[in-house]
Amino acid sequence: MSAALNETSADWEPLVVAFCCNWCSYAGGDLAGTSRMSYPANVKVIRVPCCGRMNPMFVLRAFQRGADGVLVAGCHPGDCHYSTGNYHGRRRLSAFKRLFEFAGFEPERFEVRWISSSEGDKFAEEMETMTAKIKALGPNRKMRDARWQSVTQSK
Amino acid sequence: MIIATGKSSLIDEMKVQSGQNPAECYQCAKCSAACPVTAAMDLLPHQVIRYLQLGLEEDLLKSKTPWICASCFTCAARCPRDLDLARMMEGIRLSMLRRREGNKFGPADLTPEQLEKLPQQALVSGFRKYNK
Amino acid sequence: MPRIGIFICHCGSNIAGTVDIEKSIEAARGFPGVVHVDEYRYLCSELGQDLIKKAIEEHNLDRVVVGTCSPRMHEVTFRKAVTEAGLNPYLLEVANIREHCSWVHKDIEKATPKAIALLRAAAAKAALNDPLVAPSVEVEKRALVIGGGIAGIQAALDIAEAGYIVDVVEREPSIGGRMAQLEKTFPTLDCSACILTPKMVEVAQHPNVSLLTYSEVEEVKGFVGQFDVKIKQKARYVDPVKCTGCGICYEKCPAKTPSEFEMGLAKRKAIYVPFPQAVPNIPVIDRDACLYFRKGRCQICAQECPPQAIDYEQQDQIIERRYGAIIVATGFDQMNPSHYGEYGYGQHPDILTGLEFERLFNASGPTGGKVVRLSDGKPPKKVVFIQCVGSRDKARGMNYCSKICCMYTAKQAILLKEKVPDAKSYVFYIDVRTAGKGYEEFQRRAAEEYDVAYLRGQVGKIFPESDHLMVHGVDSLSGKTIEIKADMVVLAVASVARADAPEVGRLVGINSDSYNFFNEAHPKLKPVETHTAGIFIAGACQAPKDIPETVAQASAAAVKVVGLLSKDMLQGEACTAEVNQAECSGCLYCEAVCPYSAISPVEIEERYHGGTLKRTVVEVNPTLCHGCGSCTVVCRSGTINLKGFSNEQILAEVDAICLQR
Repeated sequence: MSAALNETSADWEPLVVAFCCNWCSYAGGDLAGTSRMSYPANVKVIRVPCCGRMNPMFVLRAFQRGADGVLVAGCHPGDCHYSTGNYHGRRRLSAFKRLFEFAGFEPERFEVRWISSSEGDKFAEEMETMTAKIKALGPNRKMRDARWQSVTQSK
Repeated sequence: MIIATGKSSLIDEMKVQSGQNPAECYQCAKCSAACPVTAAMDLLPHQVIRYLQLGLEEDLLKSKTPWICASCFTCAARCPRDLDLARMMEGIRLSMLRRREGNKFGPADLTPEQLEKLPQQALVSGFRKYNK
Repeated sequence: MPRIGIFICHCGSNIAGTVDIEKSIEAARGFPGVVHVDEYRYLCSELGQDLIKKAIEEHNLDRVVVGTCSPRMHEVTFRKAVTEAGLNPYLLEVANIREHCSWVHKDIEKATPKAIALLRAAAAKAALNDPLVAPSVEVEKRALVIGGGIAGIQAALDIAEAGYIVDVVEREPSIGGRMAQLEKTFPTLDCSACILTPKMVEVAQHPNVSLLTYSEVEEVKGFVGQFDVKIKQKARYVDPVKCTGCGICYEKCPAKTPSEFEMGLAKRKAIYVPFPQAVPNIPVIDRDACLYFRKGRCQICAQECPPQAIDYEQQDQIIERRYGAIIVATGFDQMNPSHYGEYGYGQHPDILTGLEFERLFNASGPTGGKVVRLSDGKPPKKVVFIQCVGSRDKARGMNYCSKICCMYTAKQAILLKEKVPDAKSYVFYIDVRTAGKGYEEFQRRAAEEYDVAYLRGQVGKIFPESDHLMVHGVDSLSGKTIEIKADMVVLAVASVARADAPEVGRLVGINSDSYNFFNEAHPKLKPVETHTAGIFIAGACQAPKDIPETVAQASAAAVKVVGLLSKDMLQGEACTAEVNQAECSGCLYCEAVCPYSAISPVEIEERYHGGTLKRTVVEVNPTLCHGCGSCTVVCRSGTINLKGFSNEQILAEVDAICLQR
């Protein structure tokens, strides 16, 4: 096992899954790339059409599979490509975050951010901040499914 | 004239006291057009805000305008930027007073009975202003 | 089991510089379902695409994953390539290993495992990709223009010239709009009627254009390509076929009422055409003013009309038509400044708005073209113009700059000087804004050659004093207060959205900003489109603007419409929502969140214990659906899914990315 995966090692690296809406945040990520900005490789992006598409189930699944942090990024309120999708996303995910906290999970592991397609710098910054925060929090031991882990390690 | 670049404590105080931000003014001068007492002023009301914007604290301290202001609030009613110049004038007066001389007395010098009966601060500042 | 092929692009050294291609290939060979892995220097090149096409054939691939730049860059390219090799384009998946990996990470040790994770996620998703077909919609080759001002006229003419049928709906009895009310236009001072009237006639006579004046849109249903519209044509009480436009009826009519066209400064008859050059030149009877309709007696117009065109029995008619595209060009209103107590508008006949003042110059206007005071009929010698009345005013007006006032004030000051040579104009302004071709020069001419005094400041109070108006203002540049004994005051009031703009927006399904101006789809790159496909906007219903800008925008909207109508079929969005009606409980939560009204309830019959049961479920109209996926999340039975971004696909990506843990 590499040091990055060893939870007791000082070199442990968290895994952050970022769900980005296709129209703003994913494009913001592209801009971060074209502007050759830099952020930790811990972040892996999954493209969704809109943050209104974000079913909290996706977030839970990531944590269940061992992600240490999850970030959902969408268009700024008022700028949604689908007019109102991010309003639904905003309401749903903030309610979900409260529930998440209520259930005893660290709410800092789950964040929602608004990043426009022109905010490459903000994209890089948010990814940096999130990774640092999760690194400080340490590995996600509460939510991950131990059975899943044994499956992956046997592979 | 050298534009002040440093922070002006008078202007910062005025902002806190009045809750108004002079940066919001775009100098249309409607306040000066509406003011009934401009004839007696050395600086027109909009110029006072301009001085605040430029940080010309020394020049403001020399101006009579804040003392001429009758607090009729016509400027505040007419301002297209929703700024309350009358409040700003009051803020400037307070700051000026604090700079010119120390407080004649502080709350500690008053008996509890006096404190209870004391009128609100606006009234006190009114007395100060018109007793000069 | 799918047969997945993975192709990794070096992108020169853009990807290969920070991602170990060899390692990635090796890892990719181990992904489930992967039967072929290859690499290429530039995958997007002709040769790269050929490589993919050949591999599809040779290895019998049914899914393709490319590890390249962002899908926003080349997804279309690769989709085309796989289509050419006989695959459905939606069986392709892109792993963004450039913008989201090699370009943002410097360390090859870190970028490589991430690239592998991204490839694995793409392969996991691709395994679940279904072939998708975008729905196609037949396009009705007819356009609707709402509003017959200069924007509507221009748009209709352009569409008609391109060979398509277009209907123009105008609420007033005549087309022409605001521009018809103007005397001259800045910065060239051509007479407004001289340039507008020919266009009005042209649009009326164009074989491809139908004018529906004195009509209003009642209902808009449907979607791009097929809007079903109900238009109410109000009863004119005049037979348009018989009427010759002789004008005897309104000459003889005894009932008078304030003229809307003259901004209430003059009266019109109960039977009227709004202005002499009206198109069509067919009068209407105003029921509220007509003696016959109010009291049951009169009928003078019917007796006097030579061709017997008056028909008191005429009824409103509902016209139902289908259109492929709609342009909304409903124009603007002027703010009523009576709440500005200091200006005293409405309390003195010599305090006018800019548009009212404009009418005084017009030969057919309330004063027959003589610029005189409405109080005593004398020409004004001193006129004070006040700018930004209601504009740039967040306290009592609108936050925005109305854009046209600086220019029309300069124009009116020049025109005044020409009509009343010894008149003097004073303009109180906050800033003079003259961005536009020839505009700055024009305004400077007003100040330099026409003796217009520009005073930087505002007016605090206007007092009527004997036969004139005392204007108390300030010139902020000199720091002097100013008093002007004026004969007339002209207020440059804010241009505002039409009072009924929100209803119009709701009717056609487009949204507005906080001032009720209609929203364009993108402030820079989609200035005439709206968020509703097939509906376009032009003119001052979008924001205050001048005539050249309005005409340009109208032509732009017309081109968009022509482009749309030139297609026989429209390709819709392939990634749309789909519902499994067997599992749908009919709660209709999805209907509530859908921004496109693509989801609607439908009744189905099901067999139930030997009998049949009627039950409400939803259906998705794939031509309306844009694929945002909001419905999928609110669905209580989880039975709405989004094609191309299904729950299963996203979860597979999550699983694949987390596999390193």
